Amino acid sequence: MLTIKNLQAKVEEKDILKGLNLEVKPGEIHAIMGPNGAGKSTLGNVLSGREGYSVTGGEVLFNGKDILELDAEERAREGLFLAFQYPVEIPGVSNLEFLKASMDAIRQHRGEDAMDSMTFLKLAREKCKAVNLDQNFLKRGVNEGFSGGEKKRNEILQMMMLEPKLCILDETDSGLDIDALQVVAEGVNSQRGPDRSFIIVTHYQRLLDYIVPDFVHVLADGKIVKSGGKELALELEEKGYSWIENGEA
Amino acid sequence: MTEVAPKIDFCQDALAFVKTQAHAAGFSEVRESGYAAFASLPFPTRKTEEWKYTSLNALTLQDYNQAAQNFDLKNASELYTIEGLDAYRLVFVNGLFVAELSDNIAQAGIEITAFTEANEQQRAVITQYIGNIAETRRNLFTALNNAAVEEGVLLHVSKNTVLDKPLQIVNISSAQATTCSAFARCLLVLDPLAQATVIEQFVSTREPQNLLLNQTTEIHIGDGAKLNHYRLHSEDETSLHFGGVYVDLNRDSQFESYQVALGGKIKRFDVLVNHNQSGSHCEMKGVYLPKNDQHVDIHSYIEHIAAHCTTDETYRGIMADRAKAVFNGRIHIHPDAQKSLANLSNKNLLLSNKAQINTKPELEIYADDVRCAHGATVAQLDDKACFYLQSRGISRPEAEIMLSFAFINELLESIPLEPLRKTLRPLLAQQFSSNQNLTRHILDEDSGVHSEGGA
Repeated sequence: MLTIKNLQAKVEEKDILKGLNLEVKPGEIHAIMGPNGAGKSTLGNVLSGREGYSVTGGEVLFNGKDILELDAEERAREGLFLAFQYPVEIPGVSNLEFLKASMDAIRQHRGEDAMDSMTFLKLAREKCKAVNLDQNFLKRGVNEGFSGGEKKRNEILQMMMLEPKLCILDETDSGLDIDALQVVAEGVNSQRGPDRSFIIVTHYQRLLDYIVPDFVHVLADGKIVKSGGKELALELEEKGYSWIENGEA
Repeated sequence: MTEVAPKIDFCQDALAFVKTQAHAAGFSEVRESGYAAFASLPFPTRKTEEWKYTSLNALTLQDYNQAAQNFDLKNASELYTIEGLDAYRLVFVNGLFVAELSDNIAQAGIEITAFTEANEQQRAVITQYIGNIAETRRNLFTALNNAAVEEGVLLHVSKNTVLDKPLQIVNISSAQATTCSAFARCLLVLDPLAQATVIEQFVSTREPQNLLLNQTTEIHIGDGAKLNHYRLHSEDETSLHFGGVYVDLNRDSQFESYQVALGGKIKRFDVLVNHNQSGSHCEMKGVYLPKNDQHVDIHSYIEHIAAHCTTDETYRGIMADRAKAVFNGRIHIHPDAQKSLANLSNKNLLLSNKAQINTKPELEIYADDVRCAHGATVAQLDDKACFYLQSRGISRPEAEIMLSFAFINELLESIPLEPLRKTLRPLLAQQFSSNQNLTRHILDEDSGVHSEGGA
């Protein structure tokens, strides 16, 4: 599904990713952990096509397509989804209007007809329920005045509506209490399937108690320095990142 | 920069023009004082504060000819129809009354008439108020309008009476072969405890106009009376519009006004509200959306003369391409106006590096027990918000339109007249792009913030 080869990227002339390799197969969940400043968020931003991040080397193939050539919206239409660490507030654009525009664009790309308003509304309300958001949130401005937990649940709501192939969760657990964390995890788990893969970027092991990954990678200084199974996360939690960074492993 | 010589020709032509116009006897006084005021006002230059950012150089080519009534009335309704609105309608083309497109209105306690069709009693009301609310000191076009008073519309709502349907006043401008001018006038008188909704609509054909429309509205709102006022400008971008709205508020009266202005070659209107007696309330919301090389200039003056009055004023502007806008909002709290509450907010969005806004919110306070706030912002589209939308598959152009529309959506959604909201959506969508694929979220009202029904 996703192949990242020797990816190098910089932000404002500073090298952040320094030769990152990763292979994600359909249905797999990969956790990427690492200390602050390792390049975790940069990876999500580079993959989703944010401006201001320049790729200086390597390639990223998504279902065989070189996505580095594509605009952010084209990547999204191809089935890539980034759940933001800090979702943006957009007053004046309602959540519903936003979801509809998004669904329309993605369905159009897939060659499907736009969903009629009633079916769409029904679906949106259903998904709201699934992430434990009141339906009134659909009428409110995108993320406008939402609490931290509500914003993250809104990201999961969008993910459920858009049915992407690859979901990148960028520190979705940061700032969440246990209840909100469980709602988010349940949302993600309900979306697991043989054709959908996840990259879960996180600083803490806690989220991985609820979303059990197939692989855990440690990102440090712009590279993956260690990979393993889910037990690696526990080891990291116990010994701290310095264990890896100091080369003791 | 060299100072442009005053356009004496323009002024002399204008004066000569109004002198020759036939008029009803009762208007002699207002016409003469308007004439004198206009003759004594210097022609604005860049040094004239009220006209600093709006050059009148374009008027050098403007002659004062009578506009030709060349407009095919068969095409009129598509210019002004507001789908689903049940209203009384009066139609004027280039300032002249068109009886065949206008309604005959017979409701007890209500007088609605064109000036030229007014009976003796209606004429008495007109002469009582005309020219007494409008102020000529700051705006020479209003002085000139006074000097040219002849045709216009009168709405008089008697005491304790509610106008049962909105009054839609349509001003159509038609393209002219040579430069011409037209005058329009509107007088709204609400006696104590009366209520009315009035829509002033300015439309034109979509072709080069060559027409200057000089329009003045005077509004008297009696004790405890309430006016819901709309002013919609959607003339062609070549249009010249000089307008003024002058409002006298009496004890415990209310003036609620929504103004929407697409751009013109020069579109200038002044709104002056006098809180003459205590307890009056003024609420104004406006959006202006010039694009291409259009120019919009809005000046508002709120005079808090009496105590315990409130003002809530919000204007938002979106300037695209090389368009320019001017917003001047002044709130003046007089020494006796204790306990005034006044709030003025002006926010602007620039969509291009060549677009311009000159905004100046002003507060002048001479009373010591008041609560007032004013502020203005100028911003560009937020890249982060744009990326957020793109990351969900929405194209950059569509994302930009969504965010632009979001900037004014809140004001539009607050318009209480639903048919008007629905008519404005496609009009504004067209303003952002002619590609309906990019504006589908504006056209599809089911997904609007507030319009989605029952949760």
